[in-house]
Amino acid sequence: MSEKKIMLGNDAIARGAYEAGVKVSSAYPGTPSTEISEFLATYPEVYTEWAPNEKVALEVAAGASYSGVRALAAMKHVGLNVASDPLYSIAYTGVNGGLVIVVADDPGIASSQNEQDTRMIGRSAHIPVIEPSDSQEAKDLLLTAFEISEEYDTPVIFRTTTKLAHSQSIVTLGKRCDVPDKVYERDVKKYVMMPASAIGRHKVVEAREDRLSADASSLPLNRWEKGDTKLGFITSGVAYQYVKEAAPTASVLKLGMVNPLPRALIEEFVASCDEVIVFEELEPVIEEQVKSWGLAVKGKELFTKQGEYSANMLKKVLTGKDAAVFAPAAAPARPPILCPGCPHRSVFSVLKKLKMHAAGDIGCYTLGAVAPLSVIDTTVCMGSSISLLHGMEKAKGREYIRSWVATIGDSTFLHTGVNSLINMVYNKSAATVMILDNRTTGMTGHQEHAATGKTLKGEETHAIDLSELCRAIGVPRVLRISAFDTAALEAALCESAGDDVLTVIIAEAPCALLKGQSFPNVCVADAEKCKRCGACLRIGCPAITKTADGTVRIDDAMCNGCGLCEGYCKFGAIEKRPR
Amino acid sequence: MNIMVVGVGGQGTLLTSRIIGRTALAQGFDVKLSEVHGMAQRGGSVVTFVRYGERVYEPVVEEGEVDVLIAFERLEALRYAHFLKKDGTLIVNDCRIEPMTVVIGAAEYPEGILEALSAEHTVRTVDGSAVARSLGNSRVLNSVVLGLAAREIGFEKDAWLSVLRETVPPKTVAVNEAAFNAGYGA
Repeated sequence: MSEKKIMLGNDAIARGAYEAGVKVSSAYPGTPSTEISEFLATYPEVYTEWAPNEKVALEVAAGASYSGVRALAAMKHVGLNVASDPLYSIAYTGVNGGLVIVVADDPGIASSQNEQDTRMIGRSAHIPVIEPSDSQEAKDLLLTAFEISEEYDTPVIFRTTTKLAHSQSIVTLGKRCDVPDKVYERDVKKYVMMPASAIGRHKVVEAREDRLSADASSLPLNRWEKGDTKLGFITSGVAYQYVKEAAPTASVLKLGMVNPLPRALIEEFVASCDEVIVFEELEPVIEEQVKSWGLAVKGKELFTKQGEYSANMLKKVLTGKDAAVFAPAAAPARPPILCPGCPHRSVFSVLKKLKMHAAGDIGCYTLGAVAPLSVIDTTVCMGSSISLLHGMEKAKGREYIRSWVATIGDSTFLHTGVNSLINMVYNKSAATVMILDNRTTGMTGHQEHAATGKTLKGEETHAIDLSELCRAIGVPRVLRISAFDTAALEAALCESAGDDVLTVIIAEAPCALLKGQSFPNVCVADAEKCKRCGACLRIGCPAITKTADGTVRIDDAMCNGCGLCEGYCKFGAIEKRPR
Repeated sequence: MNIMVVGVGGQGTLLTSRIIGRTALAQGFDVKLSEVHGMAQRGGSVVTFVRYGERVYEPVVEEGEVDVLIAFERLEALRYAHFLKKDGTLIVNDCRIEPMTVVIGAAEYPEGILEALSAEHTVRTVDGSAVARSLGNSRVLNSVVLGLAAREIGFEKDAWLSVLRETVPPKTVAVNEAAFNAGYGA
């Protein structure tokens, strides 16, 4: 009997890539897609890497495909925006070895900056989009995705969502396919996207999509589950599971491929049911197309375009009843916070003391926007902090941004921040940029990057020196300061705010959660000396709490002994001492 | 069977739900788990689900459907108690972790949580941290809580222990087993 395992959706996708005979995979970490590459890296037969950004990752995978092997790129939904430049043109070139781009959407915005729907991008780029609904399908349909990619000479988007990526369900494992490398042949009309070739390829793209549209109605990944014909559902992805839970006897057209749609099959399905609901999270991608064919279906009249769906949401619409027995109690919110010993807290505490504003970026340090630190004013997308600050300087002048800095993490800086810094040098900005170098890609769970000296597979490699990189592109003042040296940070910030020299301050200290560190110290509060002023509470460390009498207590199990609080106690009531 | 595990990011709720899921899988059930990764984990309120039965579709459990709610912290028990079925059971690790909203004075930590919850639900509590500390390893508190929950969920004790042994780091098998037993007998 084949082995059965309970697997995370992302684990199953990696397994599918392994079984499909993938030879090359490139990715940039991004919740909820990160674990795909981490699981795939455990298979020695597959070359896997972290690329500095998603555009690079997709181009690497495309190059591997052109050369004749099966290749994969993985990213989160907003990562596909970064990779959209190659995406739209790889749609034209097509593939040689199969090419699948796994893109993880985040309905409900668990860990993202927006809620965009990748199916829309698949449509506009004329790329097939395949969507699984549980871990078993995540593995099985990935193999189908490679078959479609090669059969139709097209990249394929494999779309998942947070719920699929981070749910576990049972998977029956298979063996790795032996996929022989394809022969590469020079073909300028196919692989060189200059106008004369691209005009021809656009015709190929349309013909390919027409052929796949026609075939889609008979592809087994689009499945008609016959049931009660009073009410039918057209659905895909995890939303399918909610339909089965809420309406187990209804007829269901379960789409495994959501672009292009199987028009003939959908027309037949709608005709067979008295009433049809399109149940899809986020945008009405299926619904609008079905309605444009003149079919009467319901969708967003009943359900929101926001957040995750659920079975209860559907049950409520079908029955008008709510399953809840008890009313929710009022409970103070518990938002995510920077960890005890986090070096970002130290940097933000200095910025707060100096009453500075920060153009922020994507990472744990986005949490510097919330109370009590409240330092970050803007967060848009990867690398944007530096360019936003440059834009402010050009709009309002040097004086306006003296009280501003850009804050960006090490991995984010290498992702796209460095481009913005080149622009600052080239176009003569005088500004302060802080690289919060915690030696890892923190928020996504500690992935290596080009400045850590390790590859995804754990091999030693060259570590890019961020300070030398900044100097090489022409930044006149580059300072490396320990993130916990608040006095030196303050002095450097005051100096760079006071003169007109483009300054990069690299605030260095490893992420407190990075493995292999020891924390020999602990901070202890003396209730006798505590004056109940609350200064230490305003740095927002979760290890420090107020007791009933107003004095503070430091949880020794949580404290990492960074000593930041000691520096903020004017009365000497907090002492950092050996554990 | 619908199980919900709630707590504060970093408390080990994810590992607990994975052990429950694997134990159910070993009994031959269809199993689904839903986890939380990424930014939401950073010291925030964390929720995971385990469902098992003949056939499971939805990976999450919704309000009014939870059989056993395992809360690793009192305020989180209060926050999610309304997910319980009418006759569901609430397992609470009796500890208090103040959210930042309370620390900075923007909100108050509610008093009398356990009393209020006991008025409406069947509540079983354990001071997992105290038990774990008495065993010499404060990090095994989730095995203490798991032990208490295991009694409510059912399955043979050995079924739990064999999964526990395979899941925790090899060096900590003995202390995790002792912690589970302490919770199971609590």
